[in-house]
Amino acid sequence: MPVSDSIIQVRDLTKTFGQGDASVRALRHINLDIKQGEIYGIIGLSGAGKSTLVRCLNLLERPTSGSVVVDGKEMTALSEKELRLARRSITMIFQSFNLLMQRTCLHNVCFPMVISGVKKDAAKKRAMELLDMVGLAEKANAYPAQLSGGQKQRVAIARALATDPKVLLCDEATSALDPTTTNSILSLLKDLNQTLGVTVVVITHQMSVIEEICSKVAILDNGQVVEEGLVTDIFAHPTTDAARRLVYPGGDIPELLVDSSKVIRVAFNGGTAYHPLIASLAIDCGVKVNILGADTRNIDGKAFGTMLLGLPEDENEAAKALSYIRAQHNITVEEVEYHV
Amino acid sequence: MSEIFTAEFWGQYGTLLLEGFRDTAIMVGISAVLAYLIGLPLGVLLILTGEHGIRPNRTVNRVLGWVVNIGRSLPFIILMIALKDFTRLLVGTYIGVTGAIVPLVISAAPFIARMVETSLSEVDAGVIEAAQSMGASTFQIVWKVYLPEAMPSLVLGGSISIITILAYTAIAGTIGAGGLGDLGVRYGFYRNVSSMMLVTVLLLIVIVQVIQTIFNRVSTGIDKRLR
Ligand SMILES: Nc1ncnc2c1ncn2[C@@H]1O[C@H](COP(=O)(O)OP(=O)(O)O)[C@@H](O)[C@H]1O
Ligand SMILES: [Mg+2]
Repeated sequence: MPVSDSIIQVRDLTKTFGQGDASVRALRHINLDIKQGEIYGIIGLSGAGKSTLVRCLNLLERPTSGSVVVDGKEMTALSEKELRLARRSITMIFQSFNLLMQRTCLHNVCFPMVISGVKKDAAKKRAMELLDMVGLAEKANAYPAQLSGGQKQRVAIARALATDPKVLLCDEATSALDPTTTNSILSLLKDLNQTLGVTVVVITHQMSVIEEICSKVAILDNGQVVEEGLVTDIFAHPTTDAARRLVYPGGDIPELLVDSSKVIRVAFNGGTAYHPLIASLAIDCGVKVNILGADTRNIDGKAFGTMLLGLPEDENEAAKALSYIRAQHNITVEEVEYHV
Repeated sequence: MSEIFTAEFWGQYGTLLLEGFRDTAIMVGISAVLAYLIGLPLGVLLILTGEHGIRPNRTVNRVLGWVVNIGRSLPFIILMIALKDFTRLLVGTYIGVTGAIVPLVISAAPFIARMVETSLSEVDAGVIEAAQSMGASTFQIVWKVYLPEAMPSLVLGGSISIITILAYTAIAGTIGAGGLGDLGVRYGFYRNVSSMMLVTVLLLIVIVQVIQTIFNRVSTGIDKRLR
């Protein structure tokens, strides 16, 4: 058996739904290597095959062909019983939380332990610890219907951690949440990744999510991985159309109005709105920038999203603008390669 | 009509009515329990083997669906008469309370199977998927997810099933099963004692109301989605 430091290794994975003319090739020849302890992002537009891919990792969906090795086990070769055991160490959270509505939060978190044979008292004790870890100890006896979306997802995370998994799969886990709650869930995931060492696979259609917590990313387009690597590299040098569509906000890349030597990508993570930034850039530094594209939303007076700016050709002015933007709160900046 | 408030009426018919009520209660109670013992597993199997179930099996699902539909399509009175010999073979008689229970169970079980199937289909598929992703077995998913999550709906279905069985017992009464239906037919119809007809009708209405109210209260009482 080949030695590998990958906790998840996918080789030539293909999944086809249906047969003949009506068949849908949801995944084609996917190869992935996800390392132990990583936060790995898989991004793609709706229908790209993300959910199918993540469901193939715990065999909720049986691959048509190819190999899925998780924690040294070839998942496709496991018997049904072995598979149920394996799933305890590859748990999952969902966009719609999927909590048991007729059980309290405490019993929801106990559930995976109880079905794996842990004694009730021990399960309850551990469940309380987990609820405490996600900051919801006081809601132990509340029912899911009494919680907000963010709180529900926290309970779901506690539940997913109950069997001490090595991998946590998150399928659009923040897509039903508002940006502030999204950020708090993402930082919780980051914390858990660091404190517990659990490998996190984040499925999303939002670039901002990848940007916030992932170190590596795979871009899925039409059932294929079209680009894969470090998030910073992909952001700086998107080489495929699919990647550019995701990296450059607003979709179409507009014509440059003035010559720009340098293009930067600015991500707003809940700071002040972007118009004041551009305005104050002009006023405070006397530097005019081109907005090449923007995909930002204003929520409660805070900006979320990304913007592509063309900096002036003059190097001094560009540097001045860059350092001014870098000094802002809740804004991250990256230089990107810009293909006209 | 006012004679139903007289001591004479109750002196003459009181015991009969009480016995009728007792027989109806026994028939409905025992039939409902037995019919659920058959209908509940059938309903669960229908859900599990369905196209989107966790154990899809087209053949089993079709055969079960067929059996259930046949059971559902026969009017109770026809079934009761058609099963007469089978009933006698099974319990020794086809009349009286005992004889009525066999056709009641056979008639109600398919009905209950569909009710259970409908209730279970209301459970969010995502919750089932979550349980699968945690490594729950099929048995655990049925026992710890499907049934508890669908319980408020199953309870509501229970009242409908029981009231349906109650209606069947009244039909069974016409061919000698005993109970309130039997009284209504024998005294209210054949002997034309209109006050007896009135009392049995009133009793049946009250019983239905009481059952419906209790089950509705229980259903909302246990439903944790509503708070
Ligand atoms: N069970 C299924 N049967 C048939 N087609 C499916 C099924 N699940 C997904 N698909 C198809 O596979 C493709 C990928 O779907 P999905 O993985 O859900 O995409 P994403 O999660 O990226 O939005 C879509 O075209 C979808 O219609
Ligand atoms: Mg999806």
